[in-house]
Amino acid sequence: MTEHAAPVVDLRGITVAFPGVKALDSVDFRLFPGEVHALLGENGAGKSTLIKALTGVHALDAGEIRLAGVPVSFHGPAQAQDAGISTVYQEVNLCTNLSVAENILLGREPRRFGAIDGRAMRARATELLTRIGLHIDPGSALGSHPIAVQQLVAIARAVAVDARVLILDEPTSSLDAGEVAELFRIMRVLRDSGVAILFVSHFLDQVYEIADRLTVLRNGTLVNEYATTEVSRLELVRAMIGRELGVLDEVERRTERRTPDATPLLRAERLGRTGAIAPFDLELHPGEVVGVAGLLGSGRTELARLLFGADRADTGHVVFDGRPLRLRNPRSAIAKGIAFTSEDRKAEGLVADLTVRDNLILAMQAARGWARQVPRRTADELVEKYVAALDIRPADPDAVVGTLSGGNQQKVLLARWLVTRPRLLILDEPTRGIDVGAKAQIQKMVADLAAEGMAVVFISAELEEVVRVSDRVVVLRDRQKIGELSGADVGVDDVLALIATEAEKVVHT
Amino acid sequence: MRNRLWWPLLALVALLLLNLVFTPSFFALRLQDGHLFGSLVDILRNGAPTLLIALGMTLVIATRGIDLSVGAVAAIAGAVTCTHIATTGDAVGGMALALGLCLVLGLWNGFLVSVLGIQPIIATLVLMTAGRGMAMLMTEGQIITVNNALFRQVGAGFLVLPIAILISLAALAGVALLTRRTALGMLVESVGVNPEASRLAGVRSRTIIWTVYVFSAFCAGVAGLMIASNVTAADANSAGLWIEMDAILAVVIGGTSLAGGRYSLTGTLIGALVIQTLTTTVYTIGVPPETTLVFKAAVVIAVCLLQSPRVTGTLRRPAGPAAPPVAAQPQEVGAR
Repeated sequence: MTEHAAPVVDLRGITVAFPGVKALDSVDFRLFPGEVHALLGENGAGKSTLIKALTGVHALDAGEIRLAGVPVSFHGPAQAQDAGISTVYQEVNLCTNLSVAENILLGREPRRFGAIDGRAMRARATELLTRIGLHIDPGSALGSHPIAVQQLVAIARAVAVDARVLILDEPTSSLDAGEVAELFRIMRVLRDSGVAILFVSHFLDQVYEIADRLTVLRNGTLVNEYATTEVSRLELVRAMIGRELGVLDEVERRTERRTPDATPLLRAERLGRTGAIAPFDLELHPGEVVGVAGLLGSGRTELARLLFGADRADTGHVVFDGRPLRLRNPRSAIAKGIAFTSEDRKAEGLVADLTVRDNLILAMQAARGWARQVPRRTADELVEKYVAALDIRPADPDAVVGTLSGGNQQKVLLARWLVTRPRLLILDEPTRGIDVGAKAQIQKMVADLAAEGMAVVFISAELEEVVRVSDRVVVLRDRQKIGELSGADVGVDDVLALIATEAEKVVHT
Repeated sequence: MRNRLWWPLLALVALLLLNLVFTPSFFALRLQDGHLFGSLVDILRNGAPTLLIALGMTLVIATRGIDLSVGAVAAIAGAVTCTHIATTGDAVGGMALALGLCLVLGLWNGFLVSVLGIQPIIATLVLMTAGRGMAMLMTEGQIITVNNALFRQVGAGFLVLPIAILISLAALAGVALLTRRTALGMLVESVGVNPEASRLAGVRSRTIIWTVYVFSAFCAGVAGLMIASNVTAADANSAGLWIEMDAILAVVIGGTSLAGGRYSLTGTLIGALVIQTLTTTVYTIGVPPETTLVFKAAVVIAVCLLQSPRVTGTLRRPAGPAAPPVAAQPQEVGAR
C-alpha cells in the first residue's frame, strides 16, 4: 500500500442526522486501493451509519463522497454496487435453498436465448470461487455449507461485480479461529489485487492482524485515523471508549467495600458455551457487586445468559448455595432466586403492549403459576411501592409500558425482579440509553441492594460506571475471561490495561 | 376498548337495519311452546358454532398463533358421535368419545406448535387436510343420519332460546371469568406480545401455547356436535367447511390483532354475530347466490378498513399529508 496513491473513497464532512440525534457529525474518512482499513468504535459510535452513508442507504445532511476523485451521490445500495462498492453484512443474507452458483450470480445470471445458461453459470461461479481460493461444488445447496463458507460465498458474490471497494461489516463475529484465518487469507488475496477493503470488527487481535490502517469513531465523530503499526492497543481502546468523567461523579464511589463472606452464593466452574464464551470460573458472594467489563462482543452478555440459564452451557457446572444447580432454562434459575434484566429491553425485557402493573408483576405471577393470580390489592400495593421507590413516571399503573421513556422502562424491568426478592441480580447494561439522572438512581439502588445482602452482577460498556459501582471487576476480551481486578484502588486505567494486554501475555485464570 | 369495538358494533347494527328495510318483520319475535322464534333467534342459533370456534381461536390468535384445523376437527366430532350413535344408540357415550378425541387432536396441534416449533399455520394445516380425511374414513364416505332425541337437543333444542347459543354463551362467560379472574389472560397476552421476554421472566410459554390449542380443538369439537345435531347427520364433506375462515374473521373483526397480544372476547362475540348476520342478510335480501361470497367479502373488507388507524386517519384529514406512522397504537388490524 502506498500513502501517495489517491484514495479510492474519500468522505469529507459527512453528517447524517436522525430525528433528535446527529448520528454522524462531520466525519472524514479515506480508503486507499490495496489496503485493509479497520473501522472501530463502540455501539452507537456511527460505524454502521458511515457504511450506510457510503452505500447510499442513508442520505447525507452534509458532506461529500468522492469515488476515485469524482464526487458521487448514491440513491441506494444498488447504485453503489454498480459503482464498484460491494457490502457483505454480518448476517449472511443469501438464499440458503439455492445453489452456491445461483447465489453468487443471482440477478446477473448468464443467459442464452433468454433462458439461464446453467453451464456458463457454473463455469463463472467456479472461476469466482477459485479466485478467492474456495474449492466447493458450485452446484451444491448453499444451506448445506457452514455459516463460515456461506460468508465466503457472500464475498465471492460481492467481488463478482469487479468491486473496487469491499465492505465487510463484522464478518468474523460468528466464525471460529480457523475460519477467520481462511477469511483473512482471502482478504489478503483481494487486497493484493488492488481491492480496498473496509473491515468492521470488535476483535482487536484480528484488527492488528489484518488491518493496515484504522479509523476510530466515537459518538458520531471522528477520533482519529492511525497506521496500525503506530498505535498501541491502550491508545486504541482509550480512543474508542473515551473518558466521560464528571457528569456522574455525584454518585459517590462506594467507600465501604464489604469483605465478602467466605462461602460464595454462586460458584461457576469451567462454565462455557461454544461460540458464545470460553469456559470461565466465577464466584459471586452475597452483598457484593461484581462488575463485568470488556469491549463490545467480548462475551459480557453471553456470560450473563449462562448464569441465568437463558442459554444452556455445554461445559462446566454451577454450585449455588452449596448445592449443584443445573441451569436448564430461566425458570430453573428463577426458582433459586436468580434474576436477570436483558440489555435489550424492547426484545427481551418488557411486554410493550401490557400495562406497567402487568409488567411489574409478570415474573412474580409466572413463578406462582396462572391459577394463583396475584391479588389485585397486592399488585396495587407493590406497584405503588416500587413506582414511588424507583420514581417511575408517569406514576400510573395502567399506563402502557411501551409508551414510557427508556429510563422508566428500565426501572419497571428492575422492579419486576425486585418484587420477587432475588438473591442474585444480574443486570446487563441497566443504564444504557437512559438519562444521567435515572442512571445515578439505578447505580445508587445497586449499591443499596448489595448493602442489604443481595449479590449483584453489573454489566456495562462504560468502564467508569463498572469501576465505580463494583467491588470486583471481571474483565473479558474476545469471548474469554482474562482476569479479575479487586480492591479499592481499581481504576479505569487498570481495566483498560488488562483489555489491551496482548493475547500471548495473558495469564489465564 | 370502547373505541375499538365501535366500528364492528356499528357494522352489526347497520346490517340489522338493512334487513329491516328489506324484511319489515325482521325484528319480530314470537313465543311458541316456550320457544322463541324469529330471524334474530335464527342468527343466534346458526351463529353458535362459529362463536364457539371463534372463542377458542381468539386465545390461539392472542398467542400469535392460528388454528386452521377447527373445521376438520368439527367434522371429526360429528362423524365419531354419529357413527357411535348409529351402532350403539348411546348419545352420551358418543359425544364423550368425540370430545375426548378432539382433546387428543388439540394435543397434537399444540405439540407441533409449542414443542416442535412448527409455524402454527403449517402445523394446523396438517390436521385441516388430514382431519377431513379421517372423518371420511369413519363415515366411510357416507352421510350418517341418526335419530336420537338427546343428541338432537345440542344443536336444535330450545330452553326458550336455542340450546346451542346458550352453550356458546356459557363457554364465552366461562372463558371470560377464567382468563380475567386468574392470571391466564395476562400470561396469554404476555406470551403473544413478546415470547422471548416472557420466557426470560419465567412464564411457561410452552404450556400456555399448548393449552390454547387443546382448548381450541375442544371448542371445535363441541361446535361439530352442534352442526351434526342440527341436521341430525354427520356429513364429513361439508360439516364445518370453511368455518375456520369465519372464525378467524370474527376474531379479526372483533379487534384482536393477528400479530398476537391484547385480545377481546366481547369483540369476538360481536364479530361472530356480524359474520352470521351477514350470512343471513345475504339470504333475506336476495343477493344472487353466485355473488354471495363477493358481497360478504366487501362487507368484511369495509369493517377491517374502518378499524385500520391509517385509513381512519386519512379519512379524517383527506387533504392533509399522510398520517404519521402510528407507532404507539397498540392495536392494529391484522388483515389489511
